[in-house]
Amino acid sequence: MAIDNKPGWGSTQSKLRWGELEEDDGEDLDFLLPPRQVIGPDDNGIKKVIEYKFNDDGNKVKITTTTRIRKLAKARLSKRAIERRSWAKFGDAVHEDVGSRLTMVSTEEILLERPRAPGSKAEESKVAGDSLAQLGKGGAVLMVCRTCGKKGDHWTSRCPYKDLAPPSEGFIDKPAASEGTATASGPSKGTYVPPGMRAGAERTGTEMRRRNEENSVRVTNLSEDTREPDLHELFRTFGPVSRVYVAVDQKTGMSRGFGFVNFVNKEDAERAINKLNGYGYDNLILRVEWATPRSN
Amino acid sequence: MRPILMKGHERPLTFLKYNRDGDLLFSCAKDHTPTVWFADNGERLGTYRGHNGAVWTCDVSRDSMRLITGSADQTVKLWNVETGAQLYSFNFDSPARSVDFSVGDKLAVITTDPFMELTSAIHVKRIARDPSQQTAESVLVIKGPQGRINRAIWGPLNRTIISAGEDAIVRIWDSETGKLLKESDKETGHKKTVTSLSKAADGSHFVTGSLDKSAKLWDSRTLTLIKTYLTERPVNAVTMSPLLDHVVLGGGQDASHVTTTDHRAGKFEAKFYDKILQEEIGGVKGHFGPINALAFNPDGKSFSSGGEDGYVRLHHFDPDYFNVKI
Repeated sequence: MAIDNKPGWGSTQSKLRWGELEEDDGEDLDFLLPPRQVIGPDDNGIKKVIEYKFNDDGNKVKITTTTRIRKLAKARLSKRAIERRSWAKFGDAVHEDVGSRLTMVSTEEILLERPRAPGSKAEESKVAGDSLAQLGKGGAVLMVCRTCGKKGDHWTSRCPYKDLAPPSEGFIDKPAASEGTATASGPSKGTYVPPGMRAGAERTGTEMRRRNEENSVRVTNLSEDTREPDLHELFRTFGPVSRVYVAVDQKTGMSRGFGFVNFVNKEDAERAINKLNGYGYDNLILRVEWATPRSN
Repeated sequence: MRPILMKGHERPLTFLKYNRDGDLLFSCAKDHTPTVWFADNGERLGTYRGHNGAVWTCDVSRDSMRLITGSADQTVKLWNVETGAQLYSFNFDSPARSVDFSVGDKLAVITTDPFMELTSAIHVKRIARDPSQQTAESVLVIKGPQGRINRAIWGPLNRTIISAGEDAIVRIWDSETGKLLKESDKETGHKKTVTSLSKAADGSHFVTGSLDKSAKLWDSRTLTLIKTYLTERPVNAVTMSPLLDHVVLGGGQDASHVTTTDHRAGKFEAKFYDKILQEEIGGVKGHFGPINALAFNPDGKSFSSGGEDGYVRLHHFDPDYFNVKI
């Protein structure tokens, strides 16, 4: 928002008398300048302020300041609500020091995350929205639920009848065949198994992250104005997106011109790369490629 | 959208409530001080000091002058919203779990937990216009349901009281005589504890959330089951948008499991469902603990969620939320 804290030219000028002007001071010739102009704000909230002044060398300089005015929330308050606005603070709020920072605006942009791209059908298997569904698509493994015996529908840990089934023998049974190489060599009876790796546990941390990185797409040559929601908007047409990240310079707060998009499904990532590499976005030609994992 | 984070509570949130104009947001937590915030920018207006236990619930009168809070310290207190002064304290022999002002703010329904040898009960108290004439006597006491009654609210025209709780059955009582009028069916109803109950803006229907990982929409008069929303985690909080046909569910795994699993497995999002199609519209992430409380601003343009993590997150919707399609 634009805050104008300079006094208006007109008001200061009228208080000055001609006789009080120091003749050798060029800066007091300000009244020779054209008046200050304010244009807008227009429909996009762009406001222009044009000012004129003399610089140190006595030259006339035109200063144009362009600001965007953003309305955070439109609020139509009732009379009583406006009255309440001016209520004195009470209780602990009275002694609130400025540094306490009880109320903060999130630094993170939160989106209403759609379970699937708008328009796609619920029946598609990838709608499951997590990387587990895609494990099954790998082909070699077949999903068989050990609780209800149903094939290809869900994993044991996701079984809707899980709660109704008799309790299993515990955690020490062999990991499901589908759990892959990570645990296949793993625990025999009696060894400690971290909770996250146990048969009944939900898929966790490292494993999930690794898989996600496989479907990670690097986007470079982004314009400075591109933010995460824009990127999300651009990429979600290809399929469910699990993460969008735009690198931002810590000091300046400006975008560093690259970002990452993680897809839930590998095919979607592939299609996105094929489609968007070389795509013109915000006057720049995007470069979209597979993100190479860090060497460590 | 960029949510506003409010960290006024030291302990998990239990309940959130907007006043009718939607400019104030009241929050209750397991620390002992209910707090009121400006609902537009999240600035703290004040706190209500006096409770000596977890505060489970609150309600605010239609004119935003009186606040009623129910606490585990076995009291229900009336407060002056503007000054934070305590006006009256009802003393019970067991923790108070839920409070609700009737239409017209002349009555309040209060539920108390089973405690020692006492069973749970629903109390109806008369609320005097002048706090100096307030008395502690109950107009009506209803007993019967087993286990805790997690929520009791007034039905249409204050003629009935709708209650639900640990026994998973939703009941409708006559608010004059205390007679049981209707009971939800065991087959179609909830299978586990009903944790939350929230009325539609016009009171014609209400939604219940349960630990059986579902939420159900009921007719307020006939107690017919209208819709069921299935999710994959226990539901701790439900609310309905007054503007669009959206139902919001909040929940997550038990706090005791949080440390053993990945934060993504916790599913601590607020999930939006289409009220009619029963399909998921989307989720709003952010909390790092289960969501215990949800409330929609009466104008339908913002909502807030309170979590086990002690934060209240106030979300003002982006413009594209209002034309979101399945």
